[in-house]
Amino acid sequence: MSATSKVPLKDGMEGFVSDWASDQRAFKGVPWGKAMMWIFLLSDTFIFSIFLISYMTARWSTVEPWPNTSEVFALTVNGVSVPLLLIAIMTFILITSSGTMAMAVRSGYQKKRKQAAALLYLTAILGLSFVGMQAFEWSKLIEEGIRPWENPFGARQFGSIFFMVTGFHGFHVSVGVIFLFITARKVLRGDYDTGRRGFFTWQKGRYEIIETMGLYWHFVDLVWVFIFAFFYLW
Amino acid sequence: MSESIIPESELEEVELYHPKSWWTEKVFSQDAKLIAIQYGLTAFAIGFVALVLSWFMRIQIAFPEMAIISEGTYYQFITMHGMIMVVYLLTALFLGAFGNYLIPLMVGARDMVFPYLNMVSYWTYLVAVLVLFVSFFTPGGPTGAGWTLYPPQAILGGTPGQETGIVLMLVSLCIFIVGFTMGGLNYVITVLQARTRGMTLMRMPLTVWGIFTATVLALFAFPALFVSAVMMLFDKLLMTSFFMPALVEFGENLSYGGGSPILFQHLFWFFGHPEVYIVALPAFGIVSDLISIHARKNIFGFRMMVWAIVGIGALSFIVWAHHMYVSGMNPYFGFFFATTTLIIAVPTALKVYNWILTLWKGNIHLTIPMLFCLGFIVTFLNGGLTGLFLGNVIVDVPLSDTYFVVAHFHMVMGIAPVLVILGAIYHWYPLITGKMLHDGMGRFHFWITFVGSYLIYFPMHYLGFIGVPRRYYEMGQTEALYTSSAADLNVFITIAALAVGFAQLVFIYNVFWSAKNGKVAEKNPWKSTSLEWQTPEQPPIHGNFGKELPVVYRWAYDYSVPGAEDDFIPQDVPNEKVKLAEGYKELGVEKT
Repeated sequence: MSATSKVPLKDGMEGFVSDWASDQRAFKGVPWGKAMMWIFLLSDTFIFSIFLISYMTARWSTVEPWPNTSEVFALTVNGVSVPLLLIAIMTFILITSSGTMAMAVRSGYQKKRKQAAALLYLTAILGLSFVGMQAFEWSKLIEEGIRPWENPFGARQFGSIFFMVTGFHGFHVSVGVIFLFITARKVLRGDYDTGRRGFFTWQKGRYEIIETMGLYWHFVDLVWVFIFAFFYLW
Repeated sequence: MSESIIPESELEEVELYHPKSWWTEKVFSQDAKLIAIQYGLTAFAIGFVALVLSWFMRIQIAFPEMAIISEGTYYQFITMHGMIMVVYLLTALFLGAFGNYLIPLMVGARDMVFPYLNMVSYWTYLVAVLVLFVSFFTPGGPTGAGWTLYPPQAILGGTPGQETGIVLMLVSLCIFIVGFTMGGLNYVITVLQARTRGMTLMRMPLTVWGIFTATVLALFAFPALFVSAVMMLFDKLLMTSFFMPALVEFGENLSYGGGSPILFQHLFWFFGHPEVYIVALPAFGIVSDLISIHARKNIFGFRMMVWAIVGIGALSFIVWAHHMYVSGMNPYFGFFFATTTLIIAVPTALKVYNWILTLWKGNIHLTIPMLFCLGFIVTFLNGGLTGLFLGNVIVDVPLSDTYFVVAHFHMVMGIAPVLVILGAIYHWYPLITGKMLHDGMGRFHFWITFVGSYLIYFPMHYLGFIGVPRRYYEMGQTEALYTSSAADLNVFITIAALAVGFAQLVFIYNVFWSAKNGKVAEKNPWKSTSLEWQTPEQPPIHGNFGKELPVVYRWAYDYSVPGAEDDFIPQDVPNEKVKLAEGYKELGVEKT
């Protein structure tokens, strides 16, 4: 389980082959939790890809016109309609949270307990504000009459697929926020220094958990970039 | 021969959870072996329900004048039979039960890497099964949309169970997938990251290779089913139109419009075709090991077998639309998918040749597991050959939706994997319980099951050729279309089906009877080389191995090695500790 390997590793293609031909571990020095997160994210990639492919098919198969996204997603500020304003802020916040997450991983490995916890809390709060703004966006669209089953601005699939995919992404962010708060609390309490056992799993945690958490968080950000491009810019 | 090199341990000794109460030890257990048994019993319980459903359907088809079930009930039974057998029985049994029991033992791990997650995986699966089962007792009953659940018909009026049955089916599938993902991540990471010293990937038994590859397929294929189930749920509950085009029902326009029913078919079969191999690959792996053990010979072409498993797994993702030749998709698609489908026959045929070449000049013991393996090879070959017919567009179009298709897929992914499962249970039962299954009952069970299955499905090819459509609950006034032999044949098939059903009752009785009264199994009764039989206790206890994890020195197929006194060398025995036969100075070197 430890992050370091006693066996010297080779570089490049030769190293790849010798790792996979070896015993015990295919990914040398990779803890179980981190490897599991990677495989899970691959599986999750399929889920989001299929969501996006379904979205493209829906745009293609519907007979009604697709609403103009730069109008539907515009905010009116001082009487001026600014397209994509809210989305620009949301995207900026989520990308920023990826940065603070990466810093938290670094602090964790340096065993700077308080710093890592503070950065994790900051990441969680940024994520929370993203979800809050998404709720604002949803309520604005619902107020304008867009529903999963109907849409006054054109094809009804717009509403259905928008709520479904951003909802599913928002769910991912929310789960991430919850686990960020839990991890932050554990870091602050020093669980990973004292080897305190998890409430459910009875396993001892390590600072590597922050990196595993970070993988998930970066993935959720990356998915958002695709959702942003396909829903708001297309 | 030089001294065996013992690799340095990279992994720290794991800390296992030690249960403190009866509940955490026997019920909410984190031990993969107990979880495997829980998975297995649940899968068999719900699978038995599906078996009973098939008896009702067979009686209805053979004796329509009895009117034992109505046409709506027939559709409901056919749907539930298909879905339960494919997903809730076969997938759960191969990955949940065999995966959990065998992976940690065979790769030399103390347990799965995340025992807690593993436990949650089982309980989530149980919830999925219960949600599905509850639909039998809801108003309108379970869904009758056919196991493929094609929209728009699946959620519209006129389809039985469209009130709640379809909703419960979709919800249950989503829960199943969530539960499976938790287990599946465990199986993959245990194989990749938690093997014992000396256990390289190419020293793993083919059973582990089959289950591992199938799990990877499942992790990438189930998302398609998950997403389509979610979208169809929204179509049903929120009146969205993902899969629903504009429709007129009883002269009234429905509120749907603009969706694509073909999209569902693509998504469903993007899951559905890999699903065939999720069921087949573990069977391939297990049967390879069983043949090798019971023929006392190493598996022929081990590396090729591994690469064939991986190759079939990869190819299975680009053949899905051969289920959709009659859906009205672009004919050029049909051309592409027919080509890829026929290519997949190459690694599959390679495996069949290798099984036969393993048997060639082997010291074949006709034990019950071996009988089931031989039955599997014949049945799988038969089902695979009819696959070549259905893989070609021109031949498939007239055969589509006839009994030929029913015969094909029951042979290839119904009977064939089930024969492997039964053989595997006879093989590993001594490990799990410490007792042998009763031999006489076992032989009775095998012969009735094997011969009976042929009597059921072989005539169905003929029914398909004369054009008898599947999913019809009776043939009605169709003497002008089909000869009376079709009706006679249906009676014959039904009698065979009931006989096979009875044999399964004998098997179930045997399993419970032998657990108490069976002959106590000697240690490693089949003289197998793989690690699961080398544990200090049999059945293995929590933590699997003793104080030290075993060190692996060889592959799992050292049977009848020249020079060795025994006809097998366990994986954890180094060369210098192998007892030599008289007159030999070294392993593998001729007498001097």
